[in-house]
Amino acid sequence: MNSPFSDGKATMFYKTSRLTDRAYNAIRRNMRSLTTGLILSGAMGLTACVQVSAPDKPIVINLNINIKQEVVYRLDGDAKDLINEEADIF
Amino acid sequence: MYEFMKKNKALAALGGLSLVAVVAAPVMAQRDPAYQAARASGKIGEKPDGYLGYVTAPSPAIKALVEDLNIKRKAAYTRKAQETNSTVEQFAFTSGCNLIMRTVPGEKYQTPTGTWNTRDAGNPVRDSRCP
Repeated sequence: MNSPFSDGKATMFYKTSRLTDRAYNAIRRNMRSLTTGLILSGAMGLTACVQVSAPDKPIVINLNINIKQEVVYRLDGDAKDLINEEADIF
Repeated sequence: MYEFMKKNKALAALGGLSLVAVVAAPVMAQRDPAYQAARASGKIGEKPDGYLGYVTAPSPAIKALVEDLNIKRKAAYTRKAQETNSTVEQFAFTSGCNLIMRTVPGEKYQTPTGTWNTRDAGNPVRDSRCP
């Protein structure tokens, strides 16, 4: 009587599941699909982790292209001056 | 008389100075004849990165010439990059845009894909970031 399963509803459910194979198997099936669902959602969680690390690649490419057009436009006048000043090496 | 001489001296000094400037300027601006010849013959050309490159396998003399010029260019780019708060690569690249534009017909330049083109009367093939 001091077990948590000893109240009315739980006892009935336990008895029914023990007495009828169908109910017992139904519970087992439900549990299995629940477990599968949990594993799947866990895997999806893992996939999400991989996707988080994916943006690392474009960042590396951005580092290689460190010359932006706006910088080239800003330096253009100074580059022209240098070429005129030191014409012997250009 | 004294006034005249004073004026004359000043004029002479001015004339002397301008003569020095006229004589000195072309010496500073002129390319080494060997460098000019290597450019004109298409053995070397301008690269998009702002340095000189070999179009054909270089002779030891041309190799030494290009290496010397590229070192001097890098020094100049480094100095200018510091002045303009940019990186050496950025300044060299911007200079490369201009240097390819300044090639004359017959000289060689490297396209962004790496092939060597001979400059003709039209505009050269340059990086899309070039002004």
